[in-house]
Amino acid sequence: MDATTADRAWFEHAVLDLLPELLGTARRLARNREDAEDLAAEAISRAWLHRASLRERERFAGWMLRILSNLYLSGRRAEASRPQETALEDEIEFSLFERLHQPFLLWWGTPEQEFLDRLLREDLIRAIEALPDPFRIVVVLADVRGFSYGEVAAVLEVPVGTVRSRLARGRALLQKALWEHACDAGLRSDTARANREHA
Amino acid sequence: MSEPRPIECEEALRLLAELLDDELHDGTREEVERHLHLCRSCFSRAEFERRLKREISALGREDVSPAFEHRVRRLLGSFTT
Repeated sequence: MDATTADRAWFEHAVLDLLPELLGTARRLARNREDAEDLAAEAISRAWLHRASLRERERFAGWMLRILSNLYLSGRRAEASRPQETALEDEIEFSLFERLHQPFLLWWGTPEQEFLDRLLREDLIRAIEALPDPFRIVVVLADVRGFSYGEVAAVLEVPVGTVRSRLARGRALLQKALWEHACDAGLRSDTARANREHA
Repeated sequence: MSEPRPIECEEALRLLAELLDDELHDGTREEVERHLHLCRSCFSRAEFERRLKREISALGREDVSPAFEHRVRRLLGSFTT
């Protein structure tokens, strides 16, 4: 096997190994399956074209996921770097943990464990998808993908301080959405019933 | 080496996200970790945030349908060197 054939075999193997992560990230960014699959496929093509820029093979996953994120953002940077001017400032302090520890919610166990045990993947996905784009993208890159603040800043071409504040707001909004969903799903009534039973 | 300075709950919670994101430098990280070892309430909060973060991070993987895997294999096969 010559070097070129070996390189190609290695690339194919690396892509197929990473496919669940590539598709997961694409799905969280693009929101629907068709767009996510197109995005992942285009990122793979682009990665092949630019394979010479991958200096260390151990860093393939981060390199590939940055290509995918950059591709998604290429047409959206202006939008992504300009958060909507809404009342989002007011929500920055929201803490799900504190809500779960309100006195009227003291139930039989630890409320936060109970909450997390009941939390469904679909609930989280819905909450992330509902975030305004500039916050959703930062949450996806930092929390879903595990990029450092510096890596997110480089992908978005914004200062690290902007990443930090947008992440804080995005997480606050996410927790607020989870809280509201839990309330809608009957958390309050369950809790009230549990308190009565254990009184 | 000097002992980490004690910090209060408010400061520990302010720095909690950066601790969990592994974005604090060594000295500050030790101060926050020390506070979490001593303060049950902040420790519980940190554990909650850590577990929620883990749940979110699990969304980064998606089941690949046979149709999409086939599409990717065809795409990879079409690349020329």
